[in-house]
Amino acid sequence: MEKTRRATGSRLRSLWRRQAPAAIALIPAAIIVLAIYLGAMLWTVRLSFSSSKMLPVFDFVGLQQYERLFATERFVLSTWHIALFGVLFIAGCLVIGFLLAVFIDQNVRFEDAFRTIFLYPYAMSFIVTGLAWQWFLNPTLGLQKAVRDLGFESFTFDWLVRPNLVMFTLVIAAIWQASGLVMAILLAGLRGIDAELWKATKIEGIPTWRVYVSIVLPMLTPMLVTASVLLATAVAKLYDLVVAMTKGGPGISSEVPAKFIMDNFFERANVGLGSAAATMLLVTVAALVGPWIYAEHLRPRKGRA
Amino acid sequence: MTSAAVPQGRRPKSFDQGRLIVYGVLLLASLFFLIPLWVMLMTAFKSMAEIREGQILYWPQHFTVDAWFKAWSSACTGLTCDGVRVGFWNSVRILIPSVILSIALGGLTGYAMTFYRVPGANFLFAILLIGAFIPYQVFIYPMVRVFSMIGIYDSLTGIVVVHIIFGLSLMTLLFRNYFSALPIELFNAARVDGAGFFTILRHVILPMSAPIIIVATILQVTGIWNDFILGLTFAGRANRPMTVLLNNIVNSTQGEAAYDVDMAATILTALLPLAVYFASGRWFVRGVAAGAVKG
Repeated sequence: MEKTRRATGSRLRSLWRRQAPAAIALIPAAIIVLAIYLGAMLWTVRLSFSSSKMLPVFDFVGLQQYERLFATERFVLSTWHIALFGVLFIAGCLVIGFLLAVFIDQNVRFEDAFRTIFLYPYAMSFIVTGLAWQWFLNPTLGLQKAVRDLGFESFTFDWLVRPNLVMFTLVIAAIWQASGLVMAILLAGLRGIDAELWKATKIEGIPTWRVYVSIVLPMLTPMLVTASVLLATAVAKLYDLVVAMTKGGPGISSEVPAKFIMDNFFERANVGLGSAAATMLLVTVAALVGPWIYAEHLRPRKGRA
Repeated sequence: MTSAAVPQGRRPKSFDQGRLIVYGVLLLASLFFLIPLWVMLMTAFKSMAEIREGQILYWPQHFTVDAWFKAWSSACTGLTCDGVRVGFWNSVRILIPSVILSIALGGLTGYAMTFYRVPGANFLFAILLIGAFIPYQVFIYPMVRVFSMIGIYDSLTGIVVVHIIFGLSLMTLLFRNYFSALPIELFNAARVDGAGFFTILRHVILPMSAPIIIVATILQVTGIWNDFILGLTFAGRANRPMTVLLNNIVNSTQGEAAYDVDMAATILTALLPLAVYFASGRWFVRGVAAGAVKG
């Protein structure tokens, strides 16, 4: 184009005139990113090295808060709880979501109805989910009593009040809420598979289940990864469900890190300790999700500027 | 598209054991997903006397709607007994500005990042993206300090600003992905004609953005309505959203819990997102997938 032959000065000026409105439009986003996403985050990390109790102070006490953190039973237990929850919740959602997607994909009638039923819990909040399951699993009046009244006198399902089993009730409720999401993501993947594959495997006489396990499942890897990342994010953020369903109890047997942090910030006046826990959470999430974000969104791709 | 909709299992015979298993599994799964909702509904239509007998699975012997009225207008949290009604209207007042402003800012940011080359924009985008995965706990305490310093802590403004801040990641990602897939020629043609930043946005990009605005609206309406932790921390007592009020009503009961009222209140709180879900159908699926799957 002839424009390229213009003088550099006027080119720069016209470039500026073109980009200036865009630059101005990005100011709010820039402020949010710098002040909150980076600023608040670094502030939290900074506070984790201070002796802050009820109000933030900016002294430096080294790793004292971290030492205290890992000597705090409530926190150590929280991390075990969230690890257990995370593994069971993600595995459960993936397995159930995959099975639901495969079964729905068998050219069934009422496909839309089944899909609607499997996904509707995902539209509801964790608060609603937690309260619903808290009532449903109530040992005195809930499911346990209903089954006993049917004649199964010795039926016991009182996990909600059993310290060593309560985490499993949270897992069940969370799987109920979120496995429909995995189903929806994987179903989209299944629908994208070439029909030729099914013709070919039928001619070869390979059993359907074998095709799903050995051929389809590997093809769905990108969707499985995406679903896992979404679920893992929900694990790190797990707070509402616990607050609504168990309040961290009985005792401290369903405490989780996100709740530990909130309690220390706003109820226990332990800002330094809470910040140390928040920093640990940040580091864990960054280590788990960072590589995926890079590979999925930030790695320079071919054909893009 | 059409080839993908072709049946993929074996062609069904008139009676087929495999089919029976397929439908059996799907029905059992449906039961698992529906029972909690069924139990909630049944409980909300029973009297407390009947609830005390157990039998959570059964249809009410004496059908009553008392609990719904109590839940709406007179259920108690501590000393105040105004029901979830107050929370409902608080949530509406939080929802409307938060949804509009967060979509507007996300759309504007996504537009500027897609079609213009502002230095540092990629860095901004990277941080926004990473921010979407980091739990709120990492930001929340300094934000509380700053908000109370500038006087918007415990206020409607405060909670709306917070929703805009934390909605920015997903909204920008959504719009940026959508805009990247639009034909760049349209944009270039408008620019050659001398159209400026906002003219192109309003007359070229916006008319093509209806689908993504619908998806964004669905995501933000359900997301903000279902929020608990931000409302709890930033809204203040006077603006407590419905989820916070609901949790207070159910979990701070003194003496015997009124399960009928609790369940009615719970369903009332879930009503709006459920309505959005049922009304939007496949758009909802598109929305939840759009947040995750790259465009």
